[in-house]
Amino acid sequence: MTDITPSQTPSQARATVKHIAYVLSENPVTLIAFAMFAFFISCAVLGPSLVPYDPLATNSTRALEPPSWDHWFGTDNLGRDVFSRVIVATRLDLTISVAAVALSFVIGSILGGIAGYWGGWLDAVLNRVLDTIMAFPLFVLAMGVVAALGNTVENIIYATAIINIPFYARLVRAEVNIRRNAGFAQAAKLSGNSDLRVLAFHIFPNALPPMMVQVSLNLGWAILNAAGLSFIGLGVRPPTPEWGIMVAEGANFIVSGEWWLALFPGLWLMLAVFTFNLLGDGLRDIVDPRKRT
Amino acid sequence: MLSVKDLSVAFRTRKGEVNAVRGVSFDVAQGETLGIVGESGSGKSVTSYAVLRILDEGGEIRTGEVSFNATDLRAARESAMRDIRGGQISMIFQNPRAALNPIRKVGHQIEDVLRRHGKATRSDAKAKAIEALEAVRIRDAAARYDAYPFELSGGMCQRVVIAIALACDPQLLIADEPTTGLDITTQKAVMDLVQDLIHERGMGSMVITHDLGLAAEYCDRIVVMKDGEIVEQGTPATLFSRPRHPYTHRLVEATPRIGGTIRGLLPAEARTPAPRHMVQDRPVLELIDVRKTFQSKSGPVEAVKGVSFTIKQGQSLGLVGESGSGKSTTSEMIVRLSDPTGGKILFEGQDISATPAVRFARHPLRRDIQMVFQDATDSLNPRDTAASAISEPLRRIDRMRGTKLSARVDELADMVGLPRNLLTRYPHQLSGGQKARVGIARAITLNPKLLILDEPTAALDVSIQALVLNLLVDLRAQLGMSYLFVSHDLNVVRLLCDQVLVMRGGEIIEQGPTAEVMTGPTHDYTRALLASAPQPPAQAVA
Amino acid sequence: MAAQRGRMVLARVGQAIPVVIGVVIISFVLTRALPGDPAAYFAGPAADEASIAQIREALGLDKPLIQQFFFYVGDLLRGDLGTSLSTGQPVAADLAARLPASLELTLVSLILSCAVAIPLGVLAATRQGSWIDHLCRVIVTAGVSMPTFFTGIVLIYVFYYLMGVAPSPLGRLGFLYLPPPHVTGFYLIDAALVGDWNTWWGAFEQLILPSVTLALFTLAPIARMTRAAMLSALSADYIRTARAAGLGRGKVLYGYAFRNALLPVITTLGMVFSFVLGANVLVEKVFAWPGIGSYAVEALVVSDYAAVQGFVLAMALLFVALNLIIDIAYALIDPRVGLT
Repeated sequence: MTDITPSQTPSQARATVKHIAYVLSENPVTLIAFAMFAFFISCAVLGPSLVPYDPLATNSTRALEPPSWDHWFGTDNLGRDVFSRVIVATRLDLTISVAAVALSFVIGSILGGIAGYWGGWLDAVLNRVLDTIMAFPLFVLAMGVVAALGNTVENIIYATAIINIPFYARLVRAEVNIRRNAGFAQAAKLSGNSDLRVLAFHIFPNALPPMMVQVSLNLGWAILNAAGLSFIGLGVRPPTPEWGIMVAEGANFIVSGEWWLALFPGLWLMLAVFTFNLLGDGLRDIVDPRKRT
Repeated sequence: MLSVKDLSVAFRTRKGEVNAVRGVSFDVAQGETLGIVGESGSGKSVTSYAVLRILDEGGEIRTGEVSFNATDLRAARESAMRDIRGGQISMIFQNPRAALNPIRKVGHQIEDVLRRHGKATRSDAKAKAIEALEAVRIRDAAARYDAYPFELSGGMCQRVVIAIALACDPQLLIADEPTTGLDITTQKAVMDLVQDLIHERGMGSMVITHDLGLAAEYCDRIVVMKDGEIVEQGTPATLFSRPRHPYTHRLVEATPRIGGTIRGLLPAEARTPAPRHMVQDRPVLELIDVRKTFQSKSGPVEAVKGVSFTIKQGQSLGLVGESGSGKSTTSEMIVRLSDPTGGKILFEGQDISATPAVRFARHPLRRDIQMVFQDATDSLNPRDTAASAISEPLRRIDRMRGTKLSARVDELADMVGLPRNLLTRYPHQLSGGQKARVGIARAITLNPKLLILDEPTAALDVSIQALVLNLLVDLRAQLGMSYLFVSHDLNVVRLLCDQVLVMRGGEIIEQGPTAEVMTGPTHDYTRALLASAPQPPAQAVA
Repeated sequence: MAAQRGRMVLARVGQAIPVVIGVVIISFVLTRALPGDPAAYFAGPAADEASIAQIREALGLDKPLIQQFFFYVGDLLRGDLGTSLSTGQPVAADLAARLPASLELTLVSLILSCAVAIPLGVLAATRQGSWIDHLCRVIVTAGVSMPTFFTGIVLIYVFYYLMGVAPSPLGRLGFLYLPPPHVTGFYLIDAALVGDWNTWWGAFEQLILPSVTLALFTLAPIARMTRAAMLSALSADYIRTARAAGLGRGKVLYGYAFRNALLPVITTLGMVFSFVLGANVLVEKVFAWPGIGSYAVEALVVSDYAAVQGFVLAMALLFVALNLIIDIAYALIDPRVGLT
């Protein structure tokens, strides 16, 4: 998997494509999850140019209309088209979660890898820091961080990344630690690899399958987290379309029966999280060579 | 007493049905010990689980009869079976520590069985449980009653498992690989104990094992299984002197014994003359008072307490010891994966312990000292193909690339007898023997001068072990390597090594030429080790 | 043995101390990381230059950072978390007054979700592949995908607006009721203590929807962990030993497998508490529940930072305490902890 000899590259690449096709065809749930994921990605990329209405355009004559052919998801209290707003919001919500998870993945992997491989005081210090972060209920810590750093989208990303780092760091630490003295790690040293190479190219890749499951769960959490923060008025500000804010705004109309304001963004949010959660097993199988037959 | 007729067991798996046991028939009489011998996948354990109807999820008895004292065990109700299990037929297992509930006191675990079968009441359960512990010769049984499994040694745990099995005076004991995972001297103690107890009580028993030698020593009759079928049964003496089935024949030959030769482990038609290896009077490796101390929570632990020895060019040295003897720590220091806390390691006169292990990857002598690891599965990166594993030392140390590299990998595959078409496979797609070959190929890639072999055959079936040991002998002669062969198995060391060295508690207690140590050991511990190794009966002259 | 156990518990309490110190440091950093002039924030938007300067001095913001930290710690030790702008009360008093509402909601929902999730997980593991196993899988996957605030809104719409069976989702008691005399602050307990079953029922009615919302959220992780732990316990070697010894199905399942499976489940509870305390904030906002979560949300809206930071710190300390209880419970069940 590391530097492959040139003569093997084309056949290995073909084998990888075949393996992905196999994983997708083997499990219909995975196939559906990847299809839904592709759908959300295209919403994020193309959505703003395809939606029928300007998500910010108000129209007081058509406020609070239930779903119809003109407005699939109805209109809100300012007469804005809920469907357009829901679709356009995809880009922002996905960006927040993917960026936050990517940040925590990278930082957590480095910290966890170092602590798991070398142990000692580095490990002890890291554990203390992680314990302290984990000592806060995570959503509450995110609230505190955003409140302190200021109410912006970037700060939502940082806050979400911070609360997710311990998961990656601990997972990688544990996975690295059990393989630190594995036969193949020692054999790699005998083959002339330095410790850093053994860690980066031999041990760490073996932690990928469980990490992919974590990534998929965390993408879901990250969206929930960002939406939750917006729901209580942190981060994204109105009138920017964002699922959490839309649910928050719609919540005021639930008791008077205008259900579509909150329901559609909420359902969309749920569907996105659901998709991410379903992706996990498929992603794991793709990065796990043991699943190859 | 127990009669099994035409038993077949199938497992439903995702890939369809697997017939684990096919048409197996045997009997066990009162007071008789029956051995069921087979290699992994032969269906020997499944057979015993089927008798007690404790098959794993998805397993089912398809055909056949199992009767015990005229009770049809296949037709019996589940509640009746529960009375029989532990009450009339008991079982002991491999890996005794895992076989006990980790969070329940061992005394209570014995009480559970006693009370289940109505052999004790709430008031006398404790006394009876302690009695049961005393019956398996656990000293200070009353104190052990309150112990949790993690506080006991492996051998002690196995005694507790035996106590649970025998607490209710069953008539039949099934022992499923009872010595796997135990040290060799503990193995003997456990087997002797089981034998004494079943003789005292006049019980019947079944011993399921992969070790033909062990079965021969303790069983009245042996059933040999292969691929779910019985290929032969008979007394140990007849099986060894006149095996009828070719598989039994191979198995008998592959079991190492006193007076055997390394080529003798192979089937007769594959026996070529064994190559000679040349020992020169020049030391390749010298250890001078090497020590290793670990810091643990309860203070420093001396794992190796000043070890000195020499390996000459071309010589093979056997390093023998049980777990905790310091043999693995010593070999790790030699191969420069860890640093000694004291003493010197000289390789061809050069002090290699002067370079710390973390920097040894770049040392010019790195290529000359290589190792074959104990567990072939664990020693191959699950993400690397066989070719990638074998070529790694060439790519990292020799910077070899391209066609030259693949040609060398092919050549190595041929040398270790690994079919070239398997080179693109991942470890999980290879068999145990094939993985062992990949591990050996990787170790000899750079033509090392010293090869450390850390129990290279411990996880292999005997027939595969025979092939691998012979491969090692061939390679030694071909490449002129010196071997440090680390093992607990004296029968194997005897076949391969010129010199032997016995370690215990971090010290060398005996060393000398292999033949001398084996025939005239001077230390009591060496004698105990030799006595513990099961000795199969004489083989027919081929 | 007992003495060792006691020492172990003490050692575990000792281990919590550095964590508490870390929590205090982080919450101090969060207070001082406020963008712009913290004094201006603490003074509020209506304050003039003079009062800001006064506050700066009162807060010690003109002193070096390390000195400020010790002032902060000193204040904490006296139980002083500052004064809330919106209520004009000390933050500590506000939090203390509202904490029972949050705790009551959290505990009821946790009991509810454990009561459903643990049996569900056990049944799913013992009847692998049956309809209950599939149900468990669906609940687990759907459960982690549901935003709590959204579930709450849907429940309100269905049970309050459409069916009209639930009371109006505003607070702990309908306006017809008076709160029971304050003893524990838990309305269910306080009402029961004075035998006021009418009020008890009123409080209970109000609790149903928010606690179901929270419980639905925590159902998934607990059920999933129970199922996985039970499966791994059932495939362990000691279960085979127990079966081979003829022990009954009940003894094997509950005496041997379930007790071992409980250990990882208890560990998961720590994570579940973290989720619950976070989700609490959202649920309290949806149901206008007068707990510390909605207090923090109100404070956020008016930039009442002392209140927000006090809330964060209080939540963290609460969570540390809960984790401590979990760890000690674990150690009491598992003989291996701390002795190997």
